[in-house]
Amino acid sequence: MLPCTGRIDESLLLKAFENGADGVMVVGCLEGDCHYVNGNIRARARVERVYQILEQIEIGPDRVRMYNLSAGEGAKFAAFANEFVEIISTIGQSPINKARSGNSQPVQEVES
Amino acid sequence: MITGTPKPIEELLEMLEPYENIIVAGCFGCVTVCRVGGDKEVQVLSSTLRLAREAKGKNLQIREVCLERQCDPEYLELMRPYLEEYQAVLSIACGAGIQFLAEKFSKTPILPGINTGFLGVTERQGEWTERCQGCGDCVLHLTGGICPVTRCAKSIFHGPCGGSVEGKCEISKDVKCGWQLIIDRLKSLDQMENYGKIKPYKGWDSSRDGGPRRILREDMI
Repeated sequence: MLPCTGRIDESLLLKAFENGADGVMVVGCLEGDCHYVNGNIRARARVERVYQILEQIEIGPDRVRMYNLSAGEGAKFAAFANEFVEIISTIGQSPINKARSGNSQPVQEVES
Repeated sequence: MITGTPKPIEELLEMLEPYENIIVAGCFGCVTVCRVGGDKEVQVLSSTLRLAREAKGKNLQIREVCLERQCDPEYLELMRPYLEEYQAVLSIACGAGIQFLAEKFSKTPILPGINTGFLGVTERQGEWTERCQGCGDCVLHLTGGICPVTRCAKSIFHGPCGGSVEGKCEISKDVKCGWQLIIDRLKSLDQMENYGKIKPYKGWDSSRDGGPRRILREDMI
């Protein structure tokens, strides 16, 4: 847990995928309500950059997502977490984990 | 500073296809400031490359380093003790640093991780613009501190040309006419007499036309 999502940078998010995460959700304060002025806005920009990186390297961009809520919204946090887990469950294992577990699909030969 | 932009990840993956064990080398100089080749970028690029390769079922071992500068030999020497353990170096320094690495370590392939841009300034976070082409014969004292070589698309010395319309250059409505900028600045400095000074000839031999350049300071050797 970080004191502010403004501390998040792209390498932290990518490291999570390297360490075996199938998805990463970033939960920050409501936009316009950052104690450190714009930490959550910076975090959003970095999450978007990781989204693009994951798309480029075909890991699946939807595996990273940012949510905003206030510290008092426990029920909303649970709902967001359940929603994200549902999304990741639908997408399935990340290609990294598939490759590590040896479950990757073999390359299909195309008949010419 | 010297600016640059990242190379597309597809291009880097293709470049790195033959290798399984590399160094990704950043530089704490200019490329750190313009956020393309510093310590953070080394980390992000290394993770990206490892993930991309692993997703295809292939491993890529990466040693992440960031040198103080890649354009000074003493910092490059810090890599020598472990360089032989790696098949290649992907450098995200500027073209000067990449070439200097290649010169010093001739038996290791040195690969460019960025496209080097220009000598420029930071307009704001995330925006850099060109200011100097290093022509070797500065005339900024006559042009109100605005460089005609860089800011004029044609690098002419007695502008503006006929392509200047309402302060904009004909190459793009987003590009200001360098010579209009110079005239406006000279007026505000009350130095319009400089505009009338005809520069009969610019010696481009001090620029790239004279081939690769060298500065020799005998007082420092």
